[in-house]
Parts: sequence; structure tokens; C-alpha cells
Amino acid sequence: MSEPLLIDKSKKGRKAYCFPALDLPRGFEQALPELPSHLLRIKPARLPEVAELDVVRHFTKLSTLSFGVDNGPYPLGSCTMKYNPKLGEQIAQFPAFTTMHPLQDISTSQGCLSIMYNLLEDLSSITGMSWGSLQPCAGAHGEYVGLKMIRAYFLERGEVARNKVLVPISAHGTNPASAVMNGFDVVTVASNKEGLVDIEDLKSKLDGSVAALMLTNPNTLGLFEKDILEISASVHECGGLLYYDGANLNAIMGMATPGDMGFDVLHLNLHKTFSTPHGGGGPGSGPVMVNDTLRPFLPKPDIELTDGGYVYTWDRPLSIGKVSMFWGNFLVLLRAYVYILRMGSEGIKAAAAHAVLNANYLKSKLEKHFDVPYGGVCMHEFVISCENLKKEYGITAQDMAKGLIDEGYHPPTMYFPTLVSEALMFEPTESESIETLDAFADSLISLLERAKKDPAYLKGAPYSTPVGRLDEVRAIKEPDLHY
Amino acid sequence: MVYPYIPHTDEDRKRMLEAIGVGSIEELYASLTEDLLLSDSVPISHGRTEDEVLRMITAIAQRNSTGIPFLGCGCYDHLVPSTVQTLASLPSFVTAYTPYQAEMSQGLLQASYEFQSMICEITGMDVSNASLYDGANSAAEAATIMIGSKRKSKAVLVSGTLHPFTLQVLHTWALGTGNEIRVLEEKNGVTDLKSLHSALTDEVAGLIVQTPNRYGLLEDFSTVAEQLHEKGCLFAISSDILSLAIQKSPAEWGADIAIGDTQALGLPLAFGGPSCGYMAVTKALMRKIPGRIVGATVDGQGRRGYTLTLQAREQHIKREKASSNVCSNQALAALMTTIHLSSLGWSGMVEAAQQSYVKAHYLAYHLAQLPGMTLVWDVPFWCEFPLRFSDSKKMRKFLQELRNEGIFAGVRLSSLTRETKDELVLLVAVTEKRSREELELYLAAARRVMK
Amino acid sequence: MSSVPEVLKYSKDHEWVRLDGDKAYVGITDHAQKELGEIVFIELPFVGDTFNKDEDIATVESVKAASAIINPLSGEVMAVNEDLDDSPELVNTDCYKHYLYVLGNFSKSDYDSLMDASAYTEYLESL
Repeated sequence: MSEPLLIDKSKKGRKAYCFPALDLPRGFEQALPELPSHLLRIKPARLPEVAELDVVRHFTKLSTLSFGVDNGPYPLGSCTMKYNPKLGEQIAQFPAFTTMHPLQDISTSQGCLSIMYNLLEDLSSITGMSWGSLQPCAGAHGEYVGLKMIRAYFLERGEVARNKVLVPISAHGTNPASAVMNGFDVVTVASNKEGLVDIEDLKSKLDGSVAALMLTNPNTLGLFEKDILEISASVHECGGLLYYDGANLNAIMGMATPGDMGFDVLHLNLHKTFSTPHGGGGPGSGPVMVNDTLRPFLPKPDIELTDGGYVYTWDRPLSIGKVSMFWGNFLVLLRAYVYILRMGSEGIKAAAAHAVLNANYLKSKLEKHFDVPYGGVCMHEFVISCENLKKEYGITAQDMAKGLIDEGYHPPTMYFPTLVSEALMFEPTESESIETLDAFADSLISLLERAKKDPAYLKGAPYSTPVGRLDEVRAIKEPDLHY
Repeated sequence: MVYPYIPHTDEDRKRMLEAIGVGSIEELYASLTEDLLLSDSVPISHGRTEDEVLRMITAIAQRNSTGIPFLGCGCYDHLVPSTVQTLASLPSFVTAYTPYQAEMSQGLLQASYEFQSMICEITGMDVSNASLYDGANSAAEAATIMIGSKRKSKAVLVSGTLHPFTLQVLHTWALGTGNEIRVLEEKNGVTDLKSLHSALTDEVAGLIVQTPNRYGLLEDFSTVAEQLHEKGCLFAISSDILSLAIQKSPAEWGADIAIGDTQALGLPLAFGGPSCGYMAVTKALMRKIPGRIVGATVDGQGRRGYTLTLQAREQHIKREKASSNVCSNQALAALMTTIHLSSLGWSGMVEAAQQSYVKAHYLAYHLAQLPGMTLVWDVPFWCEFPLRFSDSKKMRKFLQELRNEGIFAGVRLSSLTRETKDELVLLVAVTEKRSREELELYLAAARRVMK
Repeated sequence: MSSVPEVLKYSKDHEWVRLDGDKAYVGITDHAQKELGEIVFIELPFVGDTFNKDEDIATVESVKAASAIINPLSGEVMAVNEDLDDSPELVNTDCYKHYLYVLGNFSKSDYDSLMDASAYTEYLESL
């Protein structure tokens, strides 16, 4: 079932592509002096030499050894693996977009600029913020940019002592990492019994050294921080700002806005909420959106609409500067814009509503059989714990996850958030039907029953894949990272 | 309205709400207080059908116009085999998440392993990650590695000939962190390495350079690695990866870190993104390199398989102790580069680089004969070169008239640097894709305008 | 049960300290190595750097975790155990033989405030 490396099929002289012959006037190439020899490469690189069909079969085979949303249900919590509409793929192939150079004269790229401008307008409306930047290439990149703006804001105000970023214990790992990259110290905020921010703990940590609180809402337990207005008021009162991690926006888009909740800056994951494909880990897109307070600090250039059309504006003295090579992952932006056009104001609201409906429905089926440590109504995702299964039968969250692979599903997120031991985090998204959710729940429950009778069976899963569980210790201790 | 992306019927909703034990979807939002729930829909347009969206986007697309691009500056119009787009569009590549579940993601993982292998082969380095956002962000990550690798360092030296946007991204990187970017000035279009020795103070952690540089010129890094290593500093070289088919690889210059974009290998111009950043390092830096890395190992039965490895470097484990926050990368773009290189092989890569070299020199040679424009420096270049115009009126006319003939003649350097000293400099890029006919069209138009 | 040798002193963060003349050897306890599982990499401090008590000084990685080593007493790093660069699993094999690093000019009062074996055993039972 496995596929050899393409380099191992290499045969000298085979070609999968040929270039047109150089057709310059006779003698030009010969007369052209070579580059000085000390600048020339010495050792050739070892690359495959194969025929075109070899390339096609190789990568087609590799695609069959991969699993995407198009293959089956993908309830990976916090990743919003919803269906990626084919219309976006079709439009992203238009030569009128793919052949555009980022530095061609803007009089010739008004179409691209109009898409970016209008996308920013729509994202501003959806988030309740004033404006944004499309340059960040991923969610974590957006966090980095948002915190950089917070840094610049306090530097501008001379508040150099604001050196702390508060992060709840349930936050994504990127949050603290992004804060540290901007030179902040990270202070962890505790969660209370309900799985929400412990407001007393938060308040005890609020003082003149706090630059910002980073919050995901709904949080990674799938719970809405219902006291968000009190939280934001307290942070603002001490002079700090609020950062919204938009990873879970899919639960509330069209229903409520981070702007109304009091957030000053946020990032979106267009590859989650706005249905652009994940591509096996990227490219994504992580626009940052800000309110008026932080708007002067947005990356440059900005895009403005003038009488003469769309222009870039570079003259922005407080801007943090550029954050990526050109203007962002344009083809991803385009797909997200297409999604918003398709769904419209009612559609995005319907997406959120059905994401929440699906999560609660699945939870209602599973909670009879599994521990849901933070019960009650959830938003778009929920977390179960396999701790008791581990104690009683030795079955871990990982074992359950691997068992699901054999049933034809992508497993939920494992071991996150760390607040819950032996956690499995489910986010079914609005894309799945009731029949799919029923079948999924039935699979998981029968897996559980089987595991209780025969724990060894699950320990050996998965059985249907080209390889079983891999020796990760060996992968680290004897690194084999290239051919 | 029925939404094709949401499968629920009225009957489904009813059954699901009953099972949950609530009367309506609104009840599920009870934790949102009334002052948070929007009373109205958000002010964006109503939904549209597929056909309506297609028509609308087609109309917007008509406001773009394309020409024969002699534009570069980090984004180049090379030939791309048909295999690339076709195979990279296979849905189980496109719609997959990061391959955390290795057993069901062997294809993606193996493709990343092959990508890493090719990057190691081409750069000559020991360890490559599975991609970063773009070349500018790879440079920022290299700066982070440098600071983290030398005790009590707080400055990174960079060449003034880095791509202006890379330099800007590096300045943003330093902002508010206590670290600084120190610029090594240029002389005659290349880094002034005479000043390197005196610039290597204790707080300097390393040097980042670029070749071909911002002008398209090839730089000479003889003795640079030795000088840096003697002071405990790291050496990073940024390169258009295709240029490494001809010029010395970063490893051959003695670099510790190789960075850049792979856009020239299989990625469309796409208005500048997605591109794909690469980073490869020496073995000594294996645990400092950011981003995902795929490794080969075996399963319980001894079968070879691939998995994400060395994950304890990463943010999802190390949180505030991680040196980088990178999570998503540019996996699908890296896959396109992998398919491209698999199709070209080494001989194809050399051919593309060599033809670009020859064609660029053909155009440069003939343009240099014309009055009113000169090649700025007599320094070796590869596929892009700087032309200086004698006056700005002439330059504008040149660009305008060539654009009228469907030729995008080059990038004004001042549009990147926003500096008056660069206003008369035009950067012209020529790839193997430009046909003889297109080159002659350019020359004929140039002769007409510049006579 | 974790082994807790009598001759050593212990911190709440599960480091042990052994005095040898004017040097203090620091390692991780049996409890800590069991919690971590198979150790695959240890990042040790630079020789010559000084660290305060309770500062992060090193990192111990297993496959899915990276744990900071909290320095149990302030002092200057005189040496690190270079055997661990290639064979970090030695800490799993015998965590009391294979120290991580050696401190000099260390704080006597920090040392005195560490737990002895019986206090640490009691502490482990309370967890």
C-alpha cells in the first residue's frame, strides 16, 4: 500500500518536461561571458529523473494516502474543517488572477485591489471593527501582527512598562508564543469550575503592567465567555487592550461581533471560518482587524478608495510596517470573498447557527456514554474526557482517536485543551448532516463498547492504514529528515 | 433560502432540537446577553447564487489587465508544467488539515519529506522544514534563530541590498522587542563587506544577506562565513531558489541558514501570494529551526512511515517557551514546488536558470546600447538587472508606451523603497518563459521611445 | 514508588541537588523522569552563565512534552553533563547518576531551604 520515494524511481535521461529551445541569434550565447567561476555552483542537486506519467502516478498515489474534508467527516476541534466550496477553487484558477504580478502598475490591478478592499469592508462589518490588514498569512501570523500593534501603541503613548500579556490556561499555544515573540511576558489566567475565565483571578492580575488580555470566545472548551463585557471593561479600566483570537468565530458570526464585546484587535482564520481549504496545513490567511484606537498602527500599505480608483497608502507614520513579502495570500483572500458573496448576511448567520446546532446534537448523543467535564449547552465544539476510560480500561484518548480512523473518520483533536485530561475535542461544523452525525456517534459508541470488552483491540488500531502507529521516539532520536 | 453548504431540512432541525432538549436554535445562544446579540443582520450584501457570483467576479476580473511581464523583485513568471496545477488540485491534498494523524496522512507527509529532501539537496544544507509563509518571514525567523543562538546578543546585521520588503519585515520584527536590525551599507550595488569586521561587535548575533540581491546582482561572500563564525555569529543567505541551479549554494558559501522563496519553482504570480518560504539549516541548528518538520520512522511491524517530528520545538507544546509561533505553513504551495521539481529534475532546473540568464543578458546588452538608459553597475547578474534612466520624464514615457503595447517593462525601485535616490532605477526581469518574439517586441518599443 | 536517595536534597519542582566540595550537582528526580516518559532531548545552559533560584535553566523534552527545569539554587554554571547531548535517555536509566549541570558560587541559604529525603517523600505522597 505504500509508495516509494520518487527519487528511487529515477532513471538517468528520463524527462517529465521539456523547455523550448533557446532561439536567440546565433552566437549570442557563445559570445556571452560565463559568470566568474568563484560564483558558480559546485555540486549538482539530486532530483528525480522520471517521465511525466511517473510524476502523475506518484502524486496521485500520495493523494490517495491522504484524507481531506472531501474524503469524509473531519470533526477536528478548533480547526473548523467545514466544506470548501468548489466555486472558490474554480475562481481561484482564473488567469485574470493567477497571472497578476504583485508589482504591476495599480492602474492594471484594480480588480485585485477591489476584491481586497471589499473583503476588508465585509470583514469589518462581520467583526464589528473599523478596518484591517490582509497581509498576515495565517492565524498565528495575525496574532503576531496584532500584538505588534499593541506593542507599538503603548510605545507611542510612552507606556513602556506595559510588558505583560494575560492568556487563559485554555488558550491555543500560538497565543503565548506570539506574545513572547513581541517581547511580552506571559501571565496565565485561571479557569473557573464552569470552564470560563476566573474573573477574580483575572482582576487580581490587572495592573499598570498589563498590555493586553488575549481571549478566544467561545473558548476552546466550546463555551461562550458570558461575562465578556465585565471582562473587557476591567481590562480597559486598567489601561490594557483586548485581543480576540478569531479561531472560533464560526460559532457566532452574524450573531454577535467581537467589536461589541469590547475587543480592540483580532485575527480571523479565513481557512477556518470562511471556508478556504487548509491545503494540508496551509496556505491559510489571518487578517487582522482593529478598532479606531489601533487603526493608525495597521501594517502598510493600506488600501484606499479614491476618485481615481483604489490606491495603496504608504504614508502612515505610526504603522508597524510590512509584515509579509507582498499583499497577503491573495488567492486565499479571493476564495474567502467568494464564500462571503455566496452566503451573504443571512447565510453566515445560518452557518453559525447550524454549527452550534450540530455540536449540541452530537454532544447530546455522546454525553450518555462519555464524560463531558464542562456540560451544558456548548457552542460550535465540545470536549469529552477519556480519563475514566483510561483508569478503568487503560484506554486513552489516542486509542479512541486511532480506532475512529478505521471507521473512516478523521479523529477529533486530541489532548487539547490541556485543562481536560485525556481530552477529545469535537467540532462537527455546519457542513455535516444529521445522518452523518448519527453514523459518527454510533461508530464512536460501538468502538467504546468493543474497547471495554477488548482493550487490546483498540491499542492496536488503526488496522486499515498503510502503516500503524509510528515510533515517534525513533523519529526524534534518529532523525531521518530527507532522502 | 436554502444553502447548498448546509444540509439541514426543517425536519432535521426539529429532530435535532428535540434530541438536545431545546425549543429553538436561539435557545442555544442563551449565554449571549441581549446587548451582545445583533438585532439585525450584519451589513453585508445578501447571498448570491453560484452563477451570480461567477458573473460578478468575472466583471471584477475585467478590471485587471495582464501584459507580458518583465517584472520580478521576488515574484517571477517562469514556465510551469501542466502536472503542477492538476496534481496539486487533488481534493485529498487540498482539503486536508495539517497531518497530525500520521497513519491516515502518509501521502501528505511523504510529499513534505520529498520537499524537505529537495530543499536540502538544492541548498546543500542538512535540515529543512516543511515551509514557512514567504521569504521575508523566513528572514525574520532566521533573525530569531540568531538572537537565540548567541548569548547576550541583541542585534542582527543585515545587508542593505536585501529586498526592500524583506528589510521592512525585519524592521517590523525588531519593533518593540529590544532587538535591533543593523544595516550593512551597500557599495556599487553589492554589500560593502569591508565594513563587516568592525560591525561584528559582541551584541551582533549574525548576518543576513541576499543573492541575487535587491538589484538582481550576484554577491560574492568569500571569507564571510569565516569572519562570522570566528565571532560566534551565524550566517544566513537568502536566495531565489532557482538561482541556486547556477550560483553557489548557501552551503558552499559556508552559511548556517538558507532562506528564501520557492515561488520561482511552480507557483503562479497570483498577485504575490500564496508564495512559499523555505528554510534549511545545518545539523547544529536542527532544534532551532521553526515550523513543521516531517521525519521517517517505522511502525510496530517495522514498516517505514512518515510523521511530524521534533514537535517539542513548537508552540502547541512549548507555548511561551517556543521561539516561534508558526503553526500553519504553506503546505500546498510547497507541494506545487515538489511536483514542479519532480517534473523538471536537476537538468530542467539548470535549463530554466540558464535560459533565464542568457535571455536576461540578451535584453540587457541591447538596452544598454540605447541613449538615456544605462546598466547601473558592472556587477554579474542572473535574470534581473537594474537600468538607470537619465530623466524621469523619459522613464515614465517608456513605461507608459510599453504598457500600451502590452509590455510590463519593469518595476520602479522607488515603488519598493519609496526613496528619491531610487526614482530613476528600473528593475527588469527576464525568465526562460519570455520568447524571442517578446524580447524583440520589448527592444523595438524601447528603441522607438529612447531614440 | 519513586526512589528518593537519603543523601540528596530536593526541590518542589522535582530536582535533586548533591554537594561535592564547593560544587552543587543538579539533576531531576525519579518521579520527574517517570512523569516525563522517554526523554529524547535535553537543552542545557551555557557554561559561565549565572542563574537565580527558580529561573528556567534547561529544557527536557520527551516526544510530546517539553518541560522546563527550574533552577533550585542560585549560582554560576561551572559545567554541564555533555553525555546527555547524545544520550539524553541516560536520565531515564539512572537519574541520580546522570546530573544535568554543576553550579559553583551557589547560595548556601537556597541549599539549606531545600527538602531532605523524608520531606520530599512526604511531599510526593501529598501530590
